[in-house]
Amino acid sequence: MAQSLRENLQTVADPMHLQSSVEEVFETMLGVRCEMVPCSGGASAETITSVVGFGGMLTGACVFRSDGGTALAIAERLTGMGFSELDDTVKDAIGEICNMLAGAWKGKVPDLSANCGLSIPAVITGRDYNIHVQAPEFRLHQCYRFDGSGFEVTIICDGLQ
Amino acid sequence: MSEIRVLIVDDSSVMRKIVERALRQAGLEPLVVLEAGSGVEGLDALRAGSVQLILSDINMPSMDGLEFLRQLRAQNLADGVPVVMITTESSEEHVRQAIQAGAQGYIRKPFTAEQVKERVLPLLAA
Repeated sequence: MAQSLRENLQTVADPMHLQSSVEEVFETMLGVRCEMVPCSGGASAETITSVVGFGGMLTGACVFRSDGGTALAIAERLTGMGFSELDDTVKDAIGEICNMLAGAWKGKVPDLSANCGLSIPAVITGRDYNIHVQAPEFRLHQCYRFDGSGFEVTIICDGLQ
Repeated sequence: MSEIRVLIVDDSSVMRKIVERALRQAGLEPLVVLEAGSGVEGLDALRAGSVQLILSDINMPSMDGLEFLRQLRAQNLADGVPVVMITTESSEEHVRQAIQAGAQGYIRKPFTAEQVKERVLPLLAA
């Protein structure tokens, strides 16, 4: 009989799955190699955050966060267009990056891939905010750099069957 | 050479542009791209004109890609037109549902232009 996701927690919460998802999305869609770096303190500059929710056997969210300059660089690489502000196209691009990261991450575990749905991305811009989840089952948080730009990706799981 | 008319259905305008660029890199020229931001808009586009290929996302607001596929088949809006799903949903169950609903191909995001070429060109040649 197949194990439940909770019984399989070590596999589901394997940090390597998130790292390989980041590498896959950025190399395939942007043509860049990302370097994982230690996460520093919270940024005070304007940031952009995209959130894609998980539903089903695992509930929670994939959260992508970067400063504005990184968001512009990602949107430019993704579309081949130039941007000077966090307009709707840039927000759309960051939402899609988060969507692909969430999909790639859940695709690493077959039971998760088949039994966990994704929400439409939500994108938030602003300064000095944090996302809190009370008593998560697990939380993966990784920071990366490419071409002098930095971003962070978080998987928050608040329910697991 | 006659133009190739393609409908791209995705709620992300960025992803629609990326798919269009991949089609052009695959050599589909002259290419005419119709865009729709949801399944509902996709059905409207098909009522307004014919296409030779449809590429559709699955996760979309108002009408998702699988329902769009079922509706266009039920309403005979694109008889014989191949449909390729392009989506982050990659489980065997999602692929099975898409094939059952009438899709001929499946491309998982993230994707390369080469993968789009490999999946799409044989369908247009058939």
